[in-house]
Amino acid sequence: MSSVAIAEHGDAESREFTAQPLGRIGVWWFLASEIMVFGGLIGSYILSRVAAGGWAAERAHVNTRIAIINTIVLVTSSFTIVKAHAAAEADNRGQARRFMLLTVILGCMFLCFKGYEYSIEIEHGFTPATSLFWSFYYTMTGLHGLHVLIGIIINLSLFLLAGGAAWPRIKHRVEYAGLYWHFVDVVWIFLFPLLYLA
Amino acid sequence: MQAVAEAHGHEHGDELSFWRKYVFSVDHKVIGKQYMSLALFMMLIGGLTAFLIRWQLAWPETPVPGFGWVPEPTMFDGVVPPEFYNALITMHGTIMVFFVAMPFLLGAFGNFLIPLMVGADDMAFPRLNMMSFWTIFTASMVLLSAFFVPAGAAAAGWTGYAPLSADPQYTGVTWGINLWLIALALEFASFLMGGVNFLTTAINMRAPGLTLMRLPLMVWTQVTAAVLFMLSVGPLVGGAVMLLLDRTIGTGFFRPDRGGDALLWQHLFWFFGHPEVYVVMLPGFGIILEIFPVFTRKPLFAYKAIIYSIIGTGILSFIVWAHHMFVSGIDPRLATPFSVTTILISVPFAIMVFSMVASFRGGAISYPTPMLFAVGTLATFVIGGVTGIFLGSAAVDIFLHGTYFVVAHFHYTLFPSVLFGGFAGVYFWFPKMFGRMMNETLGKIHFWITLVGFNCVFIPLFLAGAAGNMRRVYNPMQYDFLKHLSGIHQFATIATVVLLIGQVPFVINFFWSLFAGQPATDNPWRANTLEWATSSPPPHGNFEKVPTVYRDPYEYSLPGMTQDFLPQYAPAPAPRGV
Repeated sequence: MSSVAIAEHGDAESREFTAQPLGRIGVWWFLASEIMVFGGLIGSYILSRVAAGGWAAERAHVNTRIAIINTIVLVTSSFTIVKAHAAAEADNRGQARRFMLLTVILGCMFLCFKGYEYSIEIEHGFTPATSLFWSFYYTMTGLHGLHVLIGIIINLSLFLLAGGAAWPRIKHRVEYAGLYWHFVDVVWIFLFPLLYLA
Repeated sequence: MQAVAEAHGHEHGDELSFWRKYVFSVDHKVIGKQYMSLALFMMLIGGLTAFLIRWQLAWPETPVPGFGWVPEPTMFDGVVPPEFYNALITMHGTIMVFFVAMPFLLGAFGNFLIPLMVGADDMAFPRLNMMSFWTIFTASMVLLSAFFVPAGAAAAGWTGYAPLSADPQYTGVTWGINLWLIALALEFASFLMGGVNFLTTAINMRAPGLTLMRLPLMVWTQVTAAVLFMLSVGPLVGGAVMLLLDRTIGTGFFRPDRGGDALLWQHLFWFFGHPEVYVVMLPGFGIILEIFPVFTRKPLFAYKAIIYSIIGTGILSFIVWAHHMFVSGIDPRLATPFSVTTILISVPFAIMVFSMVASFRGGAISYPTPMLFAVGTLATFVIGGVTGIFLGSAAVDIFLHGTYFVVAHFHYTLFPSVLFGGFAGVYFWFPKMFGRMMNETLGKIHFWITLVGFNCVFIPLFLAGAAGNMRRVYNPMQYDFLKHLSGIHQFATIATVVLLIGQVPFVINFFWSLFAGQPATDNPWRANTLEWATSSPPPHGNFEKVPTVYRDPYEYSLPGMTQDFLPQYAPAPAPRGV
């Protein structure tokens, strides 16, 4: 991310004491609070797992193969949103929109795979009420999936807005959407080893 | 008073419809007033719940006067049944902490004052700000609706300890606790939006020259409170989701019978709950820290030390939470470090308190109503702070935990900052908010009744607690060893009635002054901070032009000056004799 280039795109009317655009500061604080939401869950999961022991046997029933595909999908979507951001900085509207759309499609793919994975697991009788491991599994991946969904909505609305006259006003928001999308990706990077590999 | 009704960079002018101007407004001043209205309304309901609780404790299982109309099974001809008593104590705590203290101190004063004090035209994200108010409004309605659903409102205590809260069969409450959790989640979302706004505005929209070490302490406390809230509430958001799932789809996070851990909830709750104490307390201190220099006409003692103390309090508040859990069955080896950190936090607080006291020395002190309430805040808070040291020590806490001593203690910390501090703020900034002064006589009557009433309610409760009276007990008189405390409870209840009636002068004063108060000048208290640079009330966009800040916020009675105050926005000191 080229911070110098973005500072030039900041809203000229707002006052920026720190020479950073308002939106960027707001998004970072929002992400800080989001880290605590997932941090609390992940911390609770680790402590419960260490205290209980014996969850590895239950972990063996999650579908690691789909999760690996999903990890690749999500990491790729992080790449595409970086490309969208770079294109937006270069004021290349067409390319920025193409990469936003690609990010949306990859996000939807992630959710479809995740839903398919849930259906397999539920079919085999592993529901949120099965045991504490499965409670944590469904809560953490479910909350993460909700964040993916919100990210898809944000990216999709940016994609649609970018097609209209609002483009000069909203193009720097691609960066903020990207920050959020990266955060969602990073959360998955933590969830994947904790739930599928450990 | 002049009104410059130009829209400063906003997408709308001054020909707004009623709805856009007063209801779905994006102006931080209107939103601040909306928060204040909500907080005062919820305070009324919280006060009524307090009255019902106190009546039951003083004259157990007798009809409460004036409440015979409440239908069964909520009340029986005015008698509070045990189930409703549980709901009352739960809702009293939830309403007062989350729907009075936070909207009053942060929502109302934070929204109204932060942009004015930093010299900004509005909050950083005005529409987010509007959304934050309407989210907490929805949350309040969800919370209050729980009184009308089958099986009544939440009844697991305001802390919602599991497994009591996790299994409906323990409390008999079904929808009530679900609605309670949803209301809390919405409230948290609302203040997360508010927090993003507070921080971004204070960090990035300050007027030229307004460095961090020139910020008014009100802004410092609000910002610290916002950081504390945003970094502590996350785990409880996760916890609330987990508890809701426990109650609805059969997970077992907090249910030992399903392999879960009931203590986990307490950890998640208090990891948020203790910073929350300072989220509520620091802005109350911020208000009185603004008021003291104005009415002592001298610079605040140790301005920078206070800033460092605010930050130190904030950091320490994250590592004290288990002092709420000394008797819950945590590892006793954990109790000692948490005792140490808890008692350590009294150091930064003592620095603040002593700095405030030192600020009085040699000052030209006057006592209009805001100053009376500010001094009342300090005086009563010290009692709460000192009893906190008793409870912070694990050894003493084992005896006092879960008694009325704890109840009295936390009312002595929260009541001063929220109500004394909040009222001080209302009397102090009312001219800026509404362009009129409040009545001094009614204000002083309000102060003295509140001060005497409050102390008469809660000092007796320290005694009852030390005598072993447990909190959250429907009828303490059913125990022989507590029967002799009946008189104490009756005294406290009568004092509660006095305290509640004492708020009538405030209500009259508020509405009378709103329409018929003496018109206020731009700077009626001859104060220095930026909010007094603009008209009363400020126009949309706040300032005619962006103010420039030249100095510290509390430059009063400088030597060699013609006037005893030198505003932050004044370019140069006026030399004597000009």
